[in-house]
Amino acid sequence: MSRPEDTLPPDLFYNDTESRKYTTSSRIQKIQSDMTHRALDLLSLTHSSLILDVGCGSGLSGEILSASDAQGTPAGPHVWVGFDISASMLGVALEKEVDGDLFLADAGQGVPFRPGTFDAAISISAIQWLCNAESSEESASGRLSRFFNGLYASLRRGGRAVLQFYPKNDTQKTMISSAAIRAGFGAGLLEDDPGTKNAKTYLVLTVGGGELDG
Amino acid sequence: MKILTLNFLTCARKLCKSSNTAFPLHPQDAELEIVEQDMNVEFLRNILPRLMWEELSGVVGELGLPALPPTVPTLESLTEKKLKAAENDPTGMNVVEVEVPSQVALDLHRLLLETCVKEGKLVCGSCGHEYQVREGIANFLLPGHLV
Ligand SMILES: [Zn+2]
Repeated sequence: MSRPEDTLPPDLFYNDTESRKYTTSSRIQKIQSDMTHRALDLLSLTHSSLILDVGCGSGLSGEILSASDAQGTPAGPHVWVGFDISASMLGVALEKEVDGDLFLADAGQGVPFRPGTFDAAISISAIQWLCNAESSEESASGRLSRFFNGLYASLRRGGRAVLQFYPKNDTQKTMISSAAIRAGFGAGLLEDDPGTKNAKTYLVLTVGGGELDG
Repeated sequence: MKILTLNFLTCARKLCKSSNTAFPLHPQDAELEIVEQDMNVEFLRNILPRLMWEELSGVVGELGLPALPPTVPTLESLTEKKLKAAENDPTGMNVVEVEVPSQVALDLHRLLLETCVKEGKLVCGSCGHEYQVREGIANFLLPGHLV
Protein backbone atom coordinates (compact mmCIF):
# COMPACT_ATOMS: atom_id res chain seq x y z
CA MET A 1 0.00 0.00 0.00
CA SER A 2 1.33 3.42 -0.82
CA ARG A 3 1.58 5.99 1.95
CA PRO A 4 -1.41 8.34 1.80
CA GLU A 5 0.75 11.48 1.84
CA ASP A 6 2.56 10.28 -1.30
CA THR A 7 -0.62 10.05 -3.33
CA LEU A 8 -2.70 13.15 -2.64
CA PRO A 9 -2.64 16.23 -0.42
CA PRO A 10 -4.55 15.57 2.82
CA ASP A 11 -7.51 17.76 1.95
CA LEU A 12 -8.09 15.64 -1.15
CA PHE A 13 -7.11 12.31 0.37
CA TYR A 14 -9.45 12.56 3.34
CA ASN A 15 -12.65 12.96 1.40
CA ASP A 16 -15.93 11.98 3.01
CA THR A 17 -15.50 8.26 2.44
CA GLU A 18 -11.91 8.16 3.66
CA SER A 19 -12.76 10.33 6.70
CA ARG A 20 -15.52 8.00 7.77
CA LYS A 21 -13.36 4.93 7.15
CA TYR A 22 -10.54 6.45 9.19
CA THR A 23 -12.83 7.42 12.03
CA THR A 24 -14.78 4.22 12.30
CA SER A 25 -11.88 1.78 12.10
CA SER A 26 -11.60 0.52 15.67
CA ARG A 27 -7.98 -0.51 15.11
CA ILE A 28 -7.03 3.02 14.10
CA GLN A 29 -9.05 4.42 17.00
CA LYS A 30 -7.19 2.23 19.46
CA ILE A 31 -3.76 3.16 18.09
CA GLN A 32 -4.71 6.84 17.98
CA SER A 33 -5.99 6.73 21.54
CA ASP A 34 -2.85 4.95 22.83
CA MET A 35 -0.62 7.49 21.11
CA THR A 36 -2.63 10.41 22.52
CA HIS A 37 -2.26 9.01 26.04
CA ARG A 38 1.46 8.52 25.47
CA ALA A 39 1.76 12.11 24.23
CA LEU A 40 -0.17 13.36 27.27
CA ASP A 41 2.20 11.48 29.57
CA LEU A 42 5.12 13.16 27.84
CA LEU A 43 3.47 16.58 28.21
CA SER A 44 3.26 16.07 32.01
CA LEU A 45 0.49 18.63 32.45
CA THR A 46 -0.32 19.56 36.02
CA HIS A 47 -3.21 22.02 35.44
CA SER A 48 -6.27 22.14 33.27
CA SER A 49 -4.68 23.64 30.14
CA LEU A 50 -5.30 25.34 26.81
CA ILE A 51 -3.96 22.95 24.15
CA LEU A 52 -3.48 23.16 20.39
CA ASP A 53 -4.16 19.93 18.47
CA VAL A 54 -2.38 20.08 15.11
CA GLY A 55 -4.17 17.92 12.56
CA CYS A 56 -7.06 17.21 14.93
CA GLY A 57 -8.95 15.28 12.24
CA SER A 58 -12.28 14.01 13.49
CA GLY A 59 -11.40 14.83 17.11
CA LEU A 60 -10.24 11.38 18.31
CA SER A 61 -7.45 12.96 20.39
CA GLY A 62 -9.64 15.92 21.32
CA GLU A 63 -12.16 13.65 23.02
CA ILE A 64 -9.34 12.41 25.24
CA LEU A 65 -8.15 15.97 25.97
CA SER A 66 -11.71 16.84 27.02
CA ALA A 67 -11.93 13.88 29.41
CA SER A 68 -11.42 14.30 33.14
CA ASP A 69 -8.54 13.18 35.32
CA ALA A 70 -10.81 10.48 36.73
CA GLN A 71 -11.44 9.23 33.17
CA GLY A 72 -7.69 8.88 32.64
CA THR A 73 -6.59 12.25 31.22
CA PRO A 74 -3.88 13.74 33.45
CA ALA A 75 -5.00 17.16 34.85
CA GLY A 76 -8.04 17.00 32.55
CA PRO A 77 -10.40 18.16 31.32
CA HIS A 78 -8.42 20.49 29.06
CA VAL A 79 -9.70 23.07 26.61
CA TRP A 80 -8.41 22.59 23.08
CA VAL A 81 -8.28 24.19 19.67
CA GLY A 82 -7.92 21.87 16.68
CA PHE A 83 -6.57 22.53 13.21
CA ASP A 84 -7.21 20.35 10.23
CA ILE A 85 -6.83 20.84 6.53
CA SER A 86 -9.59 18.36 5.70
CA ALA A 87 -13.13 19.75 5.76
CA SER A 88 -14.59 16.22 5.73
CA MET A 89 -12.61 15.20 8.82
CA LEU A 90 -13.86 18.34 10.59
CA GLY A 91 -17.37 17.47 9.45
CA VAL A 92 -17.13 14.17 11.32
CA ALA A 93 -15.84 16.03 14.42
CA LEU A 94 -18.81 18.39 14.17
CA GLU A 95 -21.25 15.48 14.03
CA LYS A 96 -19.66 14.07 17.19
CA GLU A 97 -20.13 17.46 18.89
CA VAL A 98 -16.58 17.56 20.23
CA ASP A 99 -15.86 20.25 22.84
CA GLY A 100 -12.86 21.84 21.12
CA ASP A 101 -12.91 24.73 18.66
CA LEU A 102 -12.30 23.55 15.11
CA PHE A 103 -10.37 25.40 12.42
CA LEU A 104 -10.08 24.60 8.75
CA ALA A 105 -6.44 25.55 8.55
CA ASP A 106 -3.11 24.43 7.11
CA ALA A 107 -0.42 24.27 9.81
CA GLY A 108 2.12 24.74 6.99
CA GLN A 109 0.78 28.29 6.65
CA GLY A 110 1.59 29.12 10.27
CA VAL A 111 -0.18 29.26 13.64
CA PRO A 112 -2.32 32.44 13.86
CA PHE A 113 -2.43 32.95 17.64
CA ARG A 114 -0.86 35.68 19.72
CA PRO A 115 2.41 34.91 21.53
CA GLY A 116 2.14 32.70 24.59
CA THR A 117 -1.41 31.49 23.90
CA PHE A 118 -1.13 27.75 24.53
CA ASP A 119 0.10 25.75 27.51
CA ALA A 120 0.89 22.84 25.23
CA ALA A 121 0.45 21.38 21.77
CA ILE A 122 -0.17 17.86 20.62
CA SER A 123 -0.20 16.27 17.19
CA ILE A 124 -0.96 12.67 16.28
CA SER A 125 0.02 11.28 12.87
CA ALA A 126 -0.11 14.61 11.06
CA ILE A 127 3.09 16.57 10.68
CA GLN A 128 4.62 14.28 8.04
CA TRP A 129 2.05 15.88 5.76
CA LEU A 130 3.92 19.18 6.14
CA CYS A 131 6.71 17.75 4.02
CA ASN A 132 4.42 17.77 1.01
CA ALA A 133 4.66 20.87 -1.05
CA GLU A 134 1.52 20.94 -3.10
CA SER A 135 2.33 23.70 -5.50
CA SER A 136 5.34 25.42 -6.96
CA GLU A 137 4.67 28.44 -4.70
CA GLU A 138 5.76 26.59 -1.60
CA SER A 139 8.55 24.30 -0.46
CA ALA A 140 8.53 21.64 2.25
CA SER A 141 11.20 23.53 4.19
CA GLY A 142 9.19 26.75 3.96
CA ARG A 143 6.09 24.99 5.30
CA LEU A 144 8.02 23.33 8.14
CA SER A 145 9.63 26.61 9.11
CA ARG A 146 6.33 28.55 9.11
CA PHE A 147 4.74 25.84 11.24
CA PHE A 148 7.51 25.51 13.83
CA ASN A 149 8.11 29.27 14.10
CA GLY A 150 4.39 29.82 14.58
CA LEU A 151 4.10 26.98 17.08
CA TYR A 152 7.09 28.24 19.07
CA ALA A 153 5.65 31.74 19.35
CA SER A 154 2.15 30.55 20.24
CA LEU A 155 3.33 28.45 23.21
CA ARG A 156 3.90 29.84 26.70
CA ARG A 157 7.42 30.01 28.03
CA GLY A 158 7.94 26.64 29.70
CA GLY A 159 5.34 25.08 27.41
CA ARG A 160 5.75 21.76 25.64
CA ALA A 161 4.67 20.13 22.42
CA VAL A 162 4.56 16.41 21.68
CA LEU A 163 4.20 15.57 18.02
CA GLN A 164 3.85 11.93 17.02
CA PHE A 165 4.48 11.39 13.33
CA TYR A 166 5.31 8.73 10.78
CA PRO A 167 8.60 9.69 9.15
CA LYS A 168 9.01 8.34 5.64
CA ASN A 169 12.75 7.85 6.24
CA ASP A 170 15.64 9.14 8.34
CA THR A 171 16.13 12.15 6.08
CA GLN A 172 12.59 13.29 6.74
CA LYS A 173 12.98 12.65 10.46
CA THR A 174 16.07 14.87 10.52
CA MET A 175 14.45 17.50 8.32
CA ILE A 176 11.50 17.80 10.72
CA SER A 177 13.49 17.85 13.95
CA SER A 178 16.06 20.32 12.66
CA ALA A 179 13.26 22.65 11.53
CA ALA A 180 11.95 22.56 15.12
CA ILE A 181 15.38 23.30 16.57
CA ARG A 182 15.92 26.20 14.14
CA ALA A 183 12.64 27.70 15.41
CA GLY A 184 14.12 27.76 18.93
CA PHE A 185 12.74 24.59 20.49
CA GLY A 186 14.65 22.22 22.70
CA ALA A 187 13.97 18.94 20.90
CA GLY A 188 14.22 15.24 21.57
CA LEU A 189 13.14 12.30 19.42
CA LEU A 190 11.63 9.37 21.22
CA GLU A 191 10.93 6.04 19.59
CA ASP A 192 8.62 3.39 20.95
CA ASP A 193 9.06 -0.16 19.61
CA PRO A 194 11.96 0.90 17.33
CA GLY A 195 12.72 -1.32 14.38
CA THR A 196 9.33 -3.01 14.41
CA LYS A 197 6.37 -2.32 12.18
CA ASN A 198 4.71 -0.75 15.21
CA ALA A 199 7.52 1.80 15.62
CA LYS A 200 6.24 5.18 16.76
CA THR A 201 8.18 8.41 16.65
CA TYR A 202 7.48 11.29 19.04
CA LEU A 203 9.12 14.67 18.69
CA VAL A 204 9.18 16.18 22.18
CA LEU A 205 9.66 19.95 22.13
CA THR A 206 10.23 22.41 24.94
CA VAL A 207 10.12 26.18 25.01
CA GLY A 208 12.78 27.51 27.36
CA GLY A 209 12.58 30.46 29.68
CA GLY A 210 10.06 29.30 32.25
CA GLU A 211 9.13 26.63 34.71
CA LEU A 212 7.54 23.49 33.38
CA ASP A 213 4.45 24.07 35.44
CA GLY A 214 1.89 22.81 32.97
CA MET B 1 -15.88 29.20 18.12
CA LYS B 2 -15.64 30.21 21.76
CA ILE B 3 -15.24 33.86 22.75
CA LEU B 4 -12.17 32.62 24.64
CA THR B 5 -10.52 31.62 21.36
CA LEU B 6 -11.23 35.07 19.87
CA ASN B 7 -9.08 36.54 22.64
CA PHE B 8 -6.05 34.68 21.24
CA LEU B 9 -6.64 34.41 17.51
CA THR B 10 -4.86 36.78 15.11
CA CYS B 11 -4.84 37.34 11.37
CA ALA B 12 -2.91 34.55 9.61
CA ARG B 13 -1.34 36.72 6.93
CA LYS B 14 2.37 37.29 7.10
CA LEU B 15 2.08 41.00 6.36
CA CYS B 16 -0.07 41.39 9.51
CA LYS B 17 2.45 39.66 11.82
CA SER B 18 3.90 42.93 13.08
CA SER B 19 0.71 44.97 12.88
CA ASN B 20 -0.96 45.91 16.16
CA THR B 21 -4.41 46.00 14.54
CA ALA B 22 -4.39 42.32 13.43
CA PHE B 23 -5.59 41.36 16.92
CA PRO B 24 -8.31 40.98 17.93
CA LEU B 25 -10.23 39.99 14.81
CA HIS B 26 -13.59 41.72 14.60
CA PRO B 27 -16.71 39.55 14.41
CA GLN B 28 -19.25 40.70 11.82
CA ASP B 29 -22.76 39.45 11.07
CA ALA B 30 -22.20 37.02 13.91
CA GLU B 31 -24.82 34.55 15.01
CA LEU B 32 -24.09 33.39 18.55
CA GLU B 33 -25.08 30.21 20.32
CA ILE B 34 -24.70 28.88 23.84
CA VAL B 35 -23.00 25.49 24.11
CA GLU B 36 -23.10 24.27 27.69
CA GLN B 37 -19.82 23.10 29.24
CA ASP B 38 -18.97 21.79 32.68
CA MET B 39 -17.74 24.50 35.03
CA ASN B 40 -13.96 24.35 35.41
CA VAL B 41 -12.59 26.89 37.90
CA GLU B 42 -9.09 25.49 37.60
CA PHE B 43 -9.03 26.28 33.89
CA LEU B 44 -10.34 29.80 34.50
CA ARG B 45 -7.65 30.34 37.09
CA ASN B 46 -5.03 29.17 34.59
CA ILE B 47 -6.28 31.29 31.68
CA LEU B 48 -7.25 34.52 33.49
CA PRO B 49 -3.73 36.06 33.63
CA ARG B 50 -3.38 35.44 29.87
CA LEU B 51 -6.55 37.25 28.82
CA MET B 52 -6.29 40.61 27.14
CA TRP B 53 -9.14 42.27 28.98
CA GLU B 54 -9.46 45.47 27.01
CA GLU B 55 -9.62 43.55 23.71
CA LEU B 56 -12.11 41.11 25.24
CA SER B 57 -14.30 44.05 26.30
CA GLY B 58 -14.09 45.43 22.77
CA VAL B 59 -15.21 42.17 21.17
CA VAL B 60 -18.00 41.79 23.75
CA GLY B 61 -19.21 45.27 22.76
CA GLU B 62 -19.02 44.48 19.03
CA LEU B 63 -21.15 41.38 19.64
CA GLY B 64 -23.73 43.41 21.56
CA LEU B 65 -23.24 41.40 24.77
CA PRO B 66 -23.51 43.01 28.24
CA ALA B 67 -20.45 45.12 29.09
CA LEU B 68 -17.65 43.63 31.19
CA PRO B 69 -16.34 45.19 34.40
CA PRO B 70 -13.57 47.72 33.60
CA THR B 71 -10.74 45.63 35.07
CA VAL B 72 -9.89 41.94 34.93
CA PRO B 73 -11.23 40.01 37.97
CA THR B 74 -8.70 38.82 40.51
CA LEU B 75 -7.88 35.14 40.90
CA GLU B 76 -9.25 35.28 44.45
CA SER B 77 -12.62 36.48 43.20
CA LEU B 78 -13.20 33.23 41.24
CA THR B 79 -14.22 31.24 44.29
CA GLU B 80 -16.07 31.92 47.50
CA LYS B 81 -16.43 30.03 50.74
CA LYS B 82 -19.81 28.76 51.66
CA LEU B 83 -21.08 26.99 54.71
CA LYS B 84 -23.05 23.87 54.13
CA ALA B 85 -24.44 21.06 56.18
CA ALA B 86 -22.02 18.23 56.73
CA GLU B 87 -22.85 15.04 54.88
CA ASN B 88 -24.26 12.11 56.78
CA ASP B 89 -25.21 14.32 59.68
CA PRO B 90 -28.85 13.62 60.56
CA THR B 91 -28.82 16.33 63.28
CA GLY B 92 -28.04 19.13 60.80
CA MET B 93 -26.04 20.75 63.58
CA ASN B 94 -22.63 20.54 61.94
CA VAL B 95 -21.57 22.76 59.08
CA VAL B 96 -18.47 22.56 56.88
CA GLU B 97 -16.84 25.26 54.82
CA VAL B 98 -16.62 24.52 51.08
CA GLU B 99 -15.12 26.49 48.22
CA VAL B 100 -17.52 27.05 45.32
CA PRO B 101 -17.30 29.00 42.04
CA SER B 102 -18.34 32.61 42.59
CA GLN B 103 -20.79 34.52 40.41
CA VAL B 104 -17.73 36.15 38.79
CA ALA B 105 -16.49 32.69 37.76
CA LEU B 106 -19.91 31.60 36.54
CA ASP B 107 -20.22 34.74 34.40
CA LEU B 108 -16.72 34.31 32.95
CA HIS B 109 -17.39 30.65 32.20
CA ARG B 110 -20.62 31.58 30.42
CA LEU B 111 -18.92 34.24 28.33
CA LEU B 112 -15.58 32.61 27.52
CA LEU B 113 -16.40 28.93 27.25
CA GLU B 114 -20.12 28.67 26.50
CA THR B 115 -20.80 31.64 24.23
CA CYS B 116 -19.79 30.71 20.68
CA VAL B 117 -19.79 32.31 17.26
CA LYS B 118 -21.78 29.90 15.13
CA GLU B 119 -22.01 31.80 11.84
CA GLY B 120 -20.51 35.01 10.52
CA LYS B 121 -17.08 36.30 9.71
CA LEU B 122 -13.98 37.54 11.52
CA VAL B 123 -12.38 40.59 9.97
CA CYS B 124 -8.76 41.67 10.30
CA GLY B 125 -8.43 45.33 11.36
CA SER B 126 -5.12 45.58 9.53
CA CYS B 127 -5.58 44.03 6.07
CA GLY B 128 -9.37 43.66 5.99
CA HIS B 129 -9.22 39.92 5.24
CA GLU B 130 -12.46 38.17 6.15
CA TYR B 131 -12.38 34.70 7.72
CA GLN B 132 -15.70 32.89 7.37
CA VAL B 133 -17.21 30.95 10.25
CA ARG B 134 -19.72 28.23 9.36
CA GLU B 135 -21.26 25.87 11.91
CA GLY B 136 -18.71 27.21 14.38
CA ILE B 137 -15.72 26.25 12.19
CA ALA B 138 -13.51 29.12 11.07
CA ASN B 139 -11.88 28.88 7.68
CA PHE B 140 -8.26 29.99 8.01
CA LEU B 141 -6.99 28.48 4.77
CA LEU B 142 -5.24 31.23 2.86
CA PRO B 143 -4.84 31.30 -0.90
CA GLY B 144 -1.13 30.76 -1.68
CA HIS B 145 -0.38 34.38 -2.58
CA LEU B 146 -1.60 35.63 0.84
CA VAL B 147 0.45 33.23 3.01
ZN1 LIG C 1 -4.66 40.78 8.34
